[in-house]
Amino acid sequence: MAVQENIQPQAEGRPMIELRNVNKWYGDFHVLKDINIGVRKGERVVVCGPSGSGKSTMIRCINRLEEHQKGQIFVDGIELTSDVKHVEAIRREVGMVFQQFNLFPHLTVLQNLTLAPIWVRRMPKKEAEELAMQLLERVKIPEQANKYPGQLSGGQQQRVAIARSLCMKPEVMLFDEPTSALDPEMIKEVLDVMVGLAQEGMTMICVTHEMGFARTVADSMIFMDRGQIVEVAPPKEFFANPKSDRTKLFLSQILSH
Amino acid sequence: MTDITQDASTGFIEPRRGVVERAWEWARANLFNSVLNGILTVIIAALIARIAIPLFNWAVVDATFSAPNDAACKAAGGACWAFIADWGKFLLFGRFPEDQRWRPTLVILIFIAMMIASSQARLSGKAMLGVWAGGVAVWVALMFGGFLGMPYVETELWNGVPLNLLLMVGGCGFAFPVAILAALGRRSRMPAIRWLSIAYIELIRGVPLITVLFMATVMVPLFLPTGVTIAKLWRAEVAFTLFFGAYLAEAIRGGLQVIPRGQYEAADALGLGYWRKTWLIILPQALSISIPSLVNTSISALKDTVLITVVGIFDVLGDVNNAMNAPEWRSAYWEGYSFVALLFFAACFYMSRYSQRLERSLSRARPGARRR
Repeated sequence: MAVQENIQPQAEGRPMIELRNVNKWYGDFHVLKDINIGVRKGERVVVCGPSGSGKSTMIRCINRLEEHQKGQIFVDGIELTSDVKHVEAIRREVGMVFQQFNLFPHLTVLQNLTLAPIWVRRMPKKEAEELAMQLLERVKIPEQANKYPGQLSGGQQQRVAIARSLCMKPEVMLFDEPTSALDPEMIKEVLDVMVGLAQEGMTMICVTHEMGFARTVADSMIFMDRGQIVEVAPPKEFFANPKSDRTKLFLSQILSH
Repeated sequence: MTDITQDASTGFIEPRRGVVERAWEWARANLFNSVLNGILTVIIAALIARIAIPLFNWAVVDATFSAPNDAACKAAGGACWAFIADWGKFLLFGRFPEDQRWRPTLVILIFIAMMIASSQARLSGKAMLGVWAGGVAVWVALMFGGFLGMPYVETELWNGVPLNLLLMVGGCGFAFPVAILAALGRRSRMPAIRWLSIAYIELIRGVPLITVLFMATVMVPLFLPTGVTIAKLWRAEVAFTLFFGAYLAEAIRGGLQVIPRGQYEAADALGLGYWRKTWLIILPQALSISIPSLVNTSISALKDTVLITVVGIFDVLGDVNNAMNAPEWRSAYWEGYSFVALLFFAACFYMSRYSQRLERSLSRARPGARRR
């Protein structure tokens, strides 16, 4: 992966996301244990850890696709409660990209992009379409605008999904293993778009196992295991001298090949 | 029989075999490709001949097309189509005033035109809805009359085929929104709404249509304040709406169940909220998946409309029963029922073909729609 040297850490911005002692259970299973995280505006955080460690659940709590049972979550100063108004206000500001893309198959690419701006932001259709075309240029597939998602490759679909989230002009982007469902040759085209976003100063939380990407863009790395945050460190330190044994073991497994 | 044609592309001269040779070849490949299949073919052919030939003789060869009464038909031994020739208009329109029969005729023609228009033209969903809603309004206006010099006709006299159409299209039309709400309600996270929807769907589905019809036509007036009356036809229409609604709801729920969770999550993550998510993302996909079962339900709905006879409203089947009360046609029930059967077969067959075409055009418009 191309290393981008011009990405500066931006840890001085206002706090965007804050998790305080967040706990979550699935029945008896304790998925999240006392999670504490603060992410500032413009900061880029990469979350990694073995499967089942709770990393996806954690970021899905941030836009309330999952509900936490204890602790507090603040997004741009608004607390996430069961108040629907708060939830919808937060979801407008937080974009999310899924492992399975989750594009709307009955709508064209362009309609996928313009739907939320028109119906949620009340943007005029023409303006929404112009914005959508700009974003499709940015993810380098303007020529696919009138196709249906089923006609695109996985990499193209994921780029459309990123553009769809950006159409809402979010303050934060959450990525939930965005490249895990892709064929290897398509991973780069998606990561390139994500690196571009990072360069523009987007606040990002990204669950991924793409360690090259993490080294390139992350301001900080979070390692999770069994529902707990085990280690938080800047990437250089994280990869060079991980403190905990569990991190060492995980890194040796993931970087060995 | 064998003529020679020249294949322009290759220049080879090929004998093009005649129809008989090709038919024989097809039969050998498909009907007589093994001893067992050969025997089965012969047995089935014999059975078909035993049924088809007498039926053809009855319906065409020995049939009487004009006679004063059924006794005159008896001599020929075949079908007595003279009954249909004599009473056909009554079968179609019942007691609707004779000099005004052009009005129900127009209703039937409008129905056929709307069916053809919706299957041919590439109308958007909204336009289609408008066409049908407008069509039904025109039907009701035509049947009622009372304007433009058309005498007023009370609903008691709306008989025959227009009644079946009105009950089916009106019933399904009103039932559709009910069904969508019930199907969504059944999956709601709010217990009160969920239990209410389940109670409605299961109660109606657990009860025969006749019961619902009796309830609506006999019981409901007992609860109305004195002086308030609702025509029996409208009470029956409400019964059909409730009944079809429960079945359509289950058809729609089937579609809702196969929408992947990711679709809900993606809509949530964009901040669409419940109603916009449901209306823009979930329902369009669920409904297009449910089309085959929705059309199936509509076909049974059309056939169910004949049950209206039991509450004393005369649809096309009621008309046949009435017509056979005429002393000169007492024994013409075979002909009368065949006539109704043919009408229903034509309508249902067309609807089923229509649904197949609709499915194909939907999957063409959205290639890979079910793929991810």
